[in-house]
Amino acid sequence: MSDENQIDEATGVETTGHTWDGIRELNNPLPRWWLWTFYATIVWGIGYTIAFPAWPLISGATAGVMGYSTRGEVATQIAEHEAENATLVASLNSADLPTLAPGDDLHRYAVARGRSVFSAQCSQCHGSGAAGAKGYPNLLDNDWLWGGDIENISLTIAHGVRNETDDDARYSEMPAFGEILEDEEIVAVVEYVVSLSSTEHDAGLAGQGAEIYADNCAACHGDTALGDYEQGAPNLADAIWLYGGDRATLEETVRYSRYGVMPAWGQRLSDEDVRAVSVYVHSLGGGE
Amino acid sequence: MAILDKHAILEKSPTLLLVSSLLVVTVGGLVEIAPLFWLENTIEEVEGVRPYAPLELAGRDIYIREGCYVCHSQMIRPMRDEVERYGHYSLAAESMYDHPHQWGSKRTGPDLARVGGRYSDAWHVDHLMDPQSVVPESIMPKYAFLADTPIDGEHIEALLKTHRFVGVPYTDEQITSASADFKVQGDPDGDWDGLVERYPGAVVSNFDGQPELTEMDALIAYLQILGTMVDFDTFTPDASR
Repeated sequence: MSDENQIDEATGVETTGHTWDGIRELNNPLPRWWLWTFYATIVWGIGYTIAFPAWPLISGATAGVMGYSTRGEVATQIAEHEAENATLVASLNSADLPTLAPGDDLHRYAVARGRSVFSAQCSQCHGSGAAGAKGYPNLLDNDWLWGGDIENISLTIAHGVRNETDDDARYSEMPAFGEILEDEEIVAVVEYVVSLSSTEHDAGLAGQGAEIYADNCAACHGDTALGDYEQGAPNLADAIWLYGGDRATLEETVRYSRYGVMPAWGQRLSDEDVRAVSVYVHSLGGGE
Repeated sequence: MAILDKHAILEKSPTLLLVSSLLVVTVGGLVEIAPLFWLENTIEEVEGVRPYAPLELAGRDIYIREGCYVCHSQMIRPMRDEVERYGHYSLAAESMYDHPHQWGSKRTGPDLARVGGRYSDAWHVDHLMDPQSVVPESIMPKYAFLADTPIDGEHIEALLKTHRFVGVPYTDEQITSASADFKVQGDPDGDWDGLVERYPGAVVSNFDGQPELTEMDALIAYLQILGTMVDFDTFTPDASR
């Protein structure tokens, strides 16, 4: 570099003194505002690494003088949220759920809270609108497997059904009648079950099936086939089917049985969430 | 500025320029690379996290093969909305035996870091066969072919060894019994005591309801263990991390 900086005649700009084959380089420096902003960001960057966790060390990193941590922040946010709801949660936890009247503030809170729990945790099986799917009960109607009063709903939610993780889970197991009944007996008993809720049936065959039903099925599903909450035995006379009410599906059910499982939500959700979602499900229309 | 004019000294001496460049690169290396050698120090010690059982590991390979990670992350971030929806935020230790980890920043489907135990095996079968049958609004494709694809675990021992090679602490016993463990996890009537002893918390089930082991079994075995290894009733993470 040459020290003899010159002014370029054509532009009036100072040159850097670099010359290549007689061509001189103009010295057009960066705008001052840009340069100072650049220096400011460097200073700010250094300050930032002092204030917040930044520099990696052998085991961990510098903590930063502001004492910030992402885990600390989320804990604070959750604590703030819980504090805001503390009164409502306390009254929800101590409330006698069956006596909650729709329209009460607490009932409204429970339904709102329960709805968001339901959307996040329950909708995958029971559907966003709680109408269920094949094998996953519809919660909108008044047909219940394990009871539709709020205590029973709550118990089912907290402990689940036939899962391996909760000793208090609802449990019952229908035998696979394919190993017990003859093929023609299965056809007959299916016809009888169809006859309970449909006029389109073979009365003679259903008559034979009635006897087989009484011997094999009535113990759980009841003499009149209205089901039994104690055993989670579905009502067979109401034309509401969990797996399907056509003859082929019913035959499959009788032959191989069904074994619907529901997780124990008491292990994942807080007490207030279980209570809230129970109130929500109870409020959907079919609550007893 | 006068100090900047001095760079001519560097520019005109190749040796000095080389040495100075090396110095600058060394600083970069120290800050960016060196901490990686002590990465293990930064993972907090968490009780319960164990290497995947053979069937789970095979399921994990299917998860990766099918590109599940393209739509599903396995990382619950420390934010209130995520914690409320998915459960406790993920810890580094929970994916320390994942090679590669399945974190992610894009979710087309929900996060799966704690999906284990959240649904029944039957739900997973229904959902993988035809997602819309249980979640009508879902845009997930069908994976029904998994239930038709038997899986024999022929290379399971080699798979475990490979994972040991990259740092997963599989014991010799776990490797010699890999093939047996692989088969028995899908058979609740089998003798699975050894499996559960070697892999605490392993879920033994005929996941897909079919007599033979299929890729569906392996994938569900993997899904059912996700996020279940750490008991947050007894473990409180270090709040300052």
